[in-house]
Amino acid sequence: MTVITDAAENVAGAGVPGSGRVRRLTGRDKIVLGLMVGIPTLLHVVLVWVPTLVSVLLSFTRWDGIGGLATIKFIGVQNYSTMFTVSPTFWPAVQHNVIWLVFFVLLPTPFGVFLAYQLDKSIRFTRFYQTAIFLPVVISAAVTGFIWQTIYDPDNGLVNSILGTNKPGGTYIEWLGNSHLNLWAVLVAASWKQAAYIMILYLAGLKGADPSLREAAALDGASEWQTFMRVTFPALKPINIIILVVTIIESLRAFDLVYVVAGTNGTKPGLELLSILIANNILGESSLVGYGSALAVVLLVISLAPILSYVFQTFRKEQQS
Amino acid sequence: MTAVAEVPAAAESSRPVAVRRRKRVRPARVVLHVFLTVTALVWLVPLVWAVYTSLRTFADTSQHGYFSLATALTFENYENAWEQAGLPHYFLNSVIITVPAVLLTLLFSASVAFFVSRFNFKVNLFLLMLFTAGNLLPPQVIITPLFRMYLLIPLPDWLSNGSGLMYNSFFGVIMIHVAFQSGFCTFVLSNYMKTIPHELTEAALVDGASVFRQFWQIILPLCRPAFAALATLLTIWIYNDFFWGLVLFQTGADRPITSAISSLQGQYFSNQNLIAAGALLTAIPTLAIYLALQRQFVSGLTLGANKG
Repeated sequence: MTVITDAAENVAGAGVPGSGRVRRLTGRDKIVLGLMVGIPTLLHVVLVWVPTLVSVLLSFTRWDGIGGLATIKFIGVQNYSTMFTVSPTFWPAVQHNVIWLVFFVLLPTPFGVFLAYQLDKSIRFTRFYQTAIFLPVVISAAVTGFIWQTIYDPDNGLVNSILGTNKPGGTYIEWLGNSHLNLWAVLVAASWKQAAYIMILYLAGLKGADPSLREAAALDGASEWQTFMRVTFPALKPINIIILVVTIIESLRAFDLVYVVAGTNGTKPGLELLSILIANNILGESSLVGYGSALAVVLLVISLAPILSYVFQTFRKEQQS
Repeated sequence: MTAVAEVPAAAESSRPVAVRRRKRVRPARVVLHVFLTVTALVWLVPLVWAVYTSLRTFADTSQHGYFSLATALTFENYENAWEQAGLPHYFLNSVIITVPAVLLTLLFSASVAFFVSRFNFKVNLFLLMLFTAGNLLPPQVIITPLFRMYLLIPLPDWLSNGSGLMYNSFFGVIMIHVAFQSGFCTFVLSNYMKTIPHELTEAALVDGASVFRQFWQIILPLCRPAFAALATLLTIWIYNDFFWGLVLFQTGADRPITSAISSLQGQYFSNQNLIAAGALLTAIPTLAIYLALQRQFVSGLTLGANKG
């Protein structure tokens, strides 16, 4: 262990005399290592981080994307002021993203944790339960949208058929058309996936936890609820953070399912989300590059909070060691 | 473990321990099984409903409604969806994108992971943070400039399926998948490689093996379980991608199946029976992979989650 560490340090701080037990990396080794780390990093930076930064720059400009790069005009914060004050879709989108997040935090995520906790007990048929509940996670969000359309369809869908609200002369419930209902209908469909995803992640965390803690709590006469709240949950801090980050990120990324159920042009009143507005700026006919970038910057700023806290939390230990 | 399992029973009955040790059906256990069975069945309802709808004929459902007993069950809708909409073409597109993307992601992530986990360079921590953070960004944050970049970058025809640009090319979509997914995989693989004893590569180093040989002949073979898990996960993730396939192709014809299906809906899938059949056909590959390689898939997810 130490030998290699020494050798590596020699490479890092070139010229520092080494222990001499292990020879340094040869010139060819250095080139190979450079390529091994350089090519993937370059690809990642060019395709992920450069566009992120360019997004910030473009958000202060106006460009219709048709003319060349020379037609990009700097306009200061005009895109942002349009977005905050004039745009009819921006605030609804923010509101829907917030509802999405709060809904996820309150319902499917705790339910997934609850399921995991129950499935972690050594019970029979656990494989069947896990497989059945987990199936939605491997189905793409787009296909999930189609499957739920067959459930929400006003004429032929399962829900209206059961409720009897699809009879001729009756009052149709337009689950996906009514702008007061459709977000909630979509959230139910999204929770179908989310709860299952959280369940499997949390189950992994529970499997890795020390069972003796729970046994000790049980011997001390703690109830199941007390054991979970006071012993299991606090002991699983790393996985709790992952669950929280996954929940926030999934709420901000929500796109496919909404785009599919919103129909041909991807927008429906009641279903605006930041991700949808950004995509429509590209897929739609009017391409406002600057404005689309300003929307992206808002999404970026919101996303950075969970991303950075996760990254620092994860790598703090290593930094200390 | 068993002690924990008995807690609910212990809480409810105040019988002495000796009695509880006997194998009996405990009320709390029954409640738990009922709850889990109901949950599992509720979770299956959407899928079962879609399967049921897809197996019925249009004539049957238009006469009796969808919420009725089927007079006949057939695979007709699947045949029609498959042929009318030309699904084989879109499945081929998905294969052309998914296979190279998965292989390249694993190769690139393994290279970076090898670098950061086997050597103590100052830049390692920063690299890991960069990759991990990049992987967590919502794709929509970068799409506007990326889309413009793809329109500006020329590609030779053999790489761009004729478009001459990164935009509209399989290559472009493969690259963004690799760039994005390598974040997660690098993180997982570097944690995995850290558990491989240093003595192994140390011995090779003393024997004069080059860095590349250490990587290729010692570390990579030892990472096989992690590769199997990640490959399963990546295949499903990339195949299921909707967003890149939608935005980075101009026309439906080049799109992978998951993205193409939304444009096929209006054109070919005119009724619910066909929509359900088309959707399920799209889901079959991932469902098959999951059911066959469940262990790999779950361990892929948990490899990332466990090492917090």
